[in-house]
Amino acid sequence: MSDDMGRIDRRQMLKALAAAGVAGAIGPLNRSAHAAMDKVVIGVIYVGPRDDYGYNQAQAQAAAAIKKIPGVTVVEQEKVPETTDVQKTMGSMIEQDGATLLFPTSFGYFDPHILRMAEKYPKVRFAHCGGLWTEGKHPKNVGSYFGYIDECQYLNGVVAGHASKSKKLGFIAAKPIPQVLRNINAFTLGARSIDPKITTTLIITGDWALPVKEAEAANSLIDQGVDVLTCHVDSPKVVVEAAERRGIYVCGYHANQATLAPKGYLTGAEWNWLTPYTMHVKDAQAGKPMVNFLRGGLKDGFVKPSAYGPAVSEAARKKADGVKAQMMKGDFVIFKGPIKDNTGKSVIDQGVAQKQTDVVLEQMNYLVDGVVGRV
Amino acid sequence: MTREAVIIPLGALVAAMLLFGIFMAALGQNPFEVYALIYRGAFASAFSWQNTLARAAPLVLTALCVALPAQAGLMIIGGEGALVLGGLVAAVVGHALAGAAPLAAQAAMAAAAMIAGALWIALAGALRHWRGVNETISSLLLTYIAIAIFNHLVEGPLKDPASLNKPSTPPLSDAIMVGRLPGLDVHWGLGFGVIFAVLMYVFVRHTTWGFALRIVGGNVRAARLAGLHVGALVLLACALGGAAAGLAGMVEVAAVHGSANASLIAGYGYGGILIAFIARQNALAVLPVSALVGGIAASGGMLQRRLDLPDATVLVLQGVAFVTILASEALYGRLRVFQRARA
Repeated sequence: MSDDMGRIDRRQMLKALAAAGVAGAIGPLNRSAHAAMDKVVIGVIYVGPRDDYGYNQAQAQAAAAIKKIPGVTVVEQEKVPETTDVQKTMGSMIEQDGATLLFPTSFGYFDPHILRMAEKYPKVRFAHCGGLWTEGKHPKNVGSYFGYIDECQYLNGVVAGHASKSKKLGFIAAKPIPQVLRNINAFTLGARSIDPKITTTLIITGDWALPVKEAEAANSLIDQGVDVLTCHVDSPKVVVEAAERRGIYVCGYHANQATLAPKGYLTGAEWNWLTPYTMHVKDAQAGKPMVNFLRGGLKDGFVKPSAYGPAVSEAARKKADGVKAQMMKGDFVIFKGPIKDNTGKSVIDQGVAQKQTDVVLEQMNYLVDGVVGRV
Repeated sequence: MTREAVIIPLGALVAAMLLFGIFMAALGQNPFEVYALIYRGAFASAFSWQNTLARAAPLVLTALCVALPAQAGLMIIGGEGALVLGGLVAAVVGHALAGAAPLAAQAAMAAAAMIAGALWIALAGALRHWRGVNETISSLLLTYIAIAIFNHLVEGPLKDPASLNKPSTPPLSDAIMVGRLPGLDVHWGLGFGVIFAVLMYVFVRHTTWGFALRIVGGNVRAARLAGLHVGALVLLACALGGAAAGLAGMVEVAAVHGSANASLIAGYGYGGILIAFIARQNALAVLPVSALVGGIAASGGMLQRRLDLPDATVLVLQGVAFVTILASEALYGRLRVFQRARA
């Protein structure tokens, strides 16, 4: 036998190769058949790389987990810009892969891209991360999911407040928009609940992914005496690594970055997108109408704190766990008056409690007392 | 145009596909399945063609921003800056003209965007001509400045207060949005690109100004001796290129986003550099090359979704194609077949 194999001439070899090529070419063409009745094809689209230790990775972890649900096929595409490219990517998933539920995850995909495609494909469901869906204004086959991550940011602040010796914390943020300001403020309020002398020095980089600027900001903050860093950028990787290299503490964001800073990683504010993903997938499979507005915090399983790192003291654990327990019961309010902004103006009056669902919080345009920086 | 000019780049593409096939095989993928998916994702159906062309549309104009100054011997790589400023100006003008007739408003937006882009790139040309500043570096640095100006204005004075978490300029009214090409799901940006490219080809090849431009590009001292206004020509070439990129920005705002915001900074300006080089700075060749790069981008999605390959795979294919095509330039005038045909 082996002798025969050796004697296959070039012509036969080429024939075999060509046949293999044809088979390979035809195989994928028949794949559209996989959109059968009981099955659902789900498309997930990311604006950056799936393994960014940040925003996209948090989504990709949920996508990886829903693959295990029976009858679910997941197709993924990464690094899709917020231009017509994403419209074509959504269209390709629908037309070429037979997707009926899409998770276009970047905030900027919503308007105009998702809205346009939702109009064009009324039978396809579009689940968008960010909480922009408005009753009466947006189509019923579009839904928003988002989490109250400021709860975890507050817990980050509590832990950071215990860990800091210099009483100077640092926050590196992408843009001064309400979502980001809410995180900065929650983090600072958490820290100042431990020691009112603590300040948070803020550096705004200007965009979601600027690794060089983020590294510079981290080093500059550390040079100013900051000994706990955290951030709100798409990928906290650079900030976390810089903190570890310089021997200070760091709190993570979006996903778990503990492996990047085994010594200095205290805890982190993580998304748990599996919760809304599962809800949307189950509804799609059962043919139930889409829930257009999904939101939740710690107690709803939309967000979660990272496991404490080795540097977190017993006192800090106890205190943070106590606050977390209150949040889980639903009777902890982060933005409770009196709160002043860092120019001395009262922003939430005595006796006013703005709960998570309060829409006023969605328009946040101030930095609380204790933040060193400007909007 | 000779047979040589068609066959050599095509041969280079075939070589690139072969190399990429070997790379895919090394990764344990069946190269033939990969080729089939590339074809299917980019060119096999009306849907995939539209996918390809939609991705190519902005690249045609930004490629011209490289190819036109190149006629005068300048390597401008700052198209991204002209694009974002063009888009910003278009958004402002479009918002101001909310009540105007759609065509008039669109024309005004396009004109304003082209002027903004033209001035921006002309700045790099002026720095080069009068101050001797390297235009490649200055145009790149000007892009950073343009993006900073853009962000400052969009997040500050020009921000629509209703755009909370995605700072944007106030939205344009639907009436003045630029529509899609008839019968296609591709916006007019492609039409503008084709028209611009053809006009520029004619301008460069068949007018005295274009001829003068190419003399400047060929030999500045000879051009000076011949009494040409080198400075004016350099500025003209830069302004034309900048106008193309500015128009691309207007199209992104007026046909896609409906306002100016950070989504505009998508790297189309840099994508154009690659295309202009593969097209050997020929305005007409920019068209098929854009379609090719658009097709690679379109099929890249297919590779990611079907074979679970990372996005970087497409960059590998694009890089390999880029290198083989550039390397193939060494073959011009050296292949016996073509020499005989010529004789």
